Amino acid sequence: MTTALEARNIVKRYPGVLAVDGASFSVREGICFGLLGPNGAGKTTTVEIIEGVTKATSGEVYYYGEIAADRFRQEAGIQFQNTALQDFITVRETIEMFRSLYERQADFDEIVEQCSLGDLLDRDNRKLSGGQRQRLLLAIALVNRPRLIFLDEPTTGLDPQARRNFWDLVQNIRAGGATILLTTHYMDEAQVLCDEIAIMDAGKIIAQGSPDELLQKQYDGLIIELPISDLTDDLSGIEHTMYENLGIIEVVTTDVSESLNRLAPHVSNLNQIKIRQPNLEDLFLDLTGHSLRT
Amino acid sequence: MLHRIYAIFQARNREFMRDRGTLAWNLILPIALMFGLSFAFSNDRDAYTVGVLQESQEIDPGENAFLATNYINFVAYDDLELALRKIERHQLDLLVAFGDDPKYWVNPDSPKGYFAEIALLHAGSNLEDSIQKQQITGEAVSYADWLLPGILGMNMMFSCLFGVGYVVVRYRKNGFLKRLRATPLTSLEFIIAQVASRMVLTMLITCFIYMGTHLILGTRMDGNYFTLFLIALVGAISLVSLGLVVSARVTSEELAGGLLNLINWPMMMLSGVWFSLEGAPEAVRMAANIFPLTHVLNAARAVMLDGATLVDVAPSLLALTAISIVFFALGAKVFRWSQD
Repeated sequence: MTTALEARNIVKRYPGVLAVDGASFSVREGICFGLLGPNGAGKTTTVEIIEGVTKATSGEVYYYGEIAADRFRQEAGIQFQNTALQDFITVRETIEMFRSLYERQADFDEIVEQCSLGDLLDRDNRKLSGGQRQRLLLAIALVNRPRLIFLDEPTTGLDPQARRNFWDLVQNIRAGGATILLTTHYMDEAQVLCDEIAIMDAGKIIAQGSPDELLQKQYDGLIIELPISDLTDDLSGIEHTMYENLGIIEVVTTDVSESLNRLAPHVSNLNQIKIRQPNLEDLFLDLTGHSLRT
Repeated sequence: MLHRIYAIFQARNREFMRDRGTLAWNLILPIALMFGLSFAFSNDRDAYTVGVLQESQEIDPGENAFLATNYINFVAYDDLELALRKIERHQLDLLVAFGDDPKYWVNPDSPKGYFAEIALLHAGSNLEDSIQKQQITGEAVSYADWLLPGILGMNMMFSCLFGVGYVVVRYRKNGFLKRLRATPLTSLEFIIAQVASRMVLTMLITCFIYMGTHLILGTRMDGNYFTLFLIALVGAISLVSLGLVVSARVTSEELAGGLLNLINWPMMMLSGVWFSLEGAPEAVRMAANIFPLTHVLNAARAVMLDGATLVDVAPSLLALTAISIVFFALGAKVFRWSQD
């Protein structure tokens, strides 16, 4: 499959801070690629370097095999995490203005329908809710029928319903054939939307692959969760990989029955025990050795 | 390229025109100032102003006892034609030439000229018998006539400097510039759109204020409207370009405000908005030529009050064009989309 985007050894150094430390990854055409990591991991800086709005200290970015330049600007659609829009300008005028900046132009009505902005076209940008604003920012990212779309933490601050609606939008866009590069610190979002992910921490890519591949590679089994408050004594005698997180003990096991038999004598209330598949959050915890910082 | 410039130009115009508070302020402040000041100073200036025809710019009080008279502001003129025009317009109360063939010129319709003449003839210099009197007639230039170009120029200055300087810094600070940078729009296209937008808006507002005050107060217009429009247009471009230089890299609105005020205040004081620099030290008058507003006001007053032609104000227009080119090129060169 064609490589849409490739970042090679990106380094960004600020005075006293190494924000990005040699990040390299490639994104295949037509997939949703997730760049994951906690706040401060360097993912926004990395993406902004790729987008061309921040200069790298060193490293190169290739778009369909060429150094990303004019063609990239015409064909990429970008949704920043925080973008102020002009005051006193309506949704319609904002979309039209950004549309006018490109040679490739999407059909206005299609964008409006896709992002469910039909009822908001004459509304002042200042009077949009958080979810409406995110849909407008996504619409702006779509005005040039982009082949590659950057979504930088697009659902931060949205309520659960607005997040789900936004996910539907992203899935529709991807179904249309566009390549998506999504940055997020929500692991559930990545699990739902992404075909491939790269996990970033302290400026470095520490893992890359499809979520299933990474989980299978890292975990051989299931996770048993039990509240610490239900333990009658400590579990030091039990030989299992265990994590403690927010009052919950997580036990990784390949044989649930055997593990439950061992744990049962130490637990006062077995009704609170949960058994589940490992997820990306577990993977992150395991790879970085620290919990997600939000 | 043009469609991108037009898109940004149009959006900026809409943003400004729909901001009712800012728009009203831009229109009401200069009109209120014009009416208020023309009413407050309707009795014209307090001091007597007498021109002294001589080569040197320095007035020597020892040359004649009259030149030591208190409460008279003596201004040296080496251009008789210019000085006589000022007598005609009541901008000078009296013009005097000492030497072998002493003369003085006075407008018989000027009340202050009448008293200045008495002061000259009774100054104890025994000129009464020897000095020749020349009469010059003409309609007085009121303070409102003189003030109108100053108010219009000051409003243009604030509108251009803050309209570009402050707005671009705000765009940079809130991330709007970063968003535009991620599009095919170039920095030059963005700058051209901003300059064009502010220039058009400033010209519309200036024309509106001028027509309003001109019609209501009946201010003087001896020259050609096209020439005046051209002066305002080139002046607006030069002031917008100056604002662009200030905003080219600054990321803090507070710093931008400080820098703009650092430019605004000396320019307002030294460019002749409120009072003429005639009689001011040579160094001050030379320094004032740095400011585009000085050239705008000199040229505009020459057209409005003295009927100057395009050729007459060509030096000012050339100076403004040069200032515009230098500031625009500098602004475009150092412009940055973001702090990085």
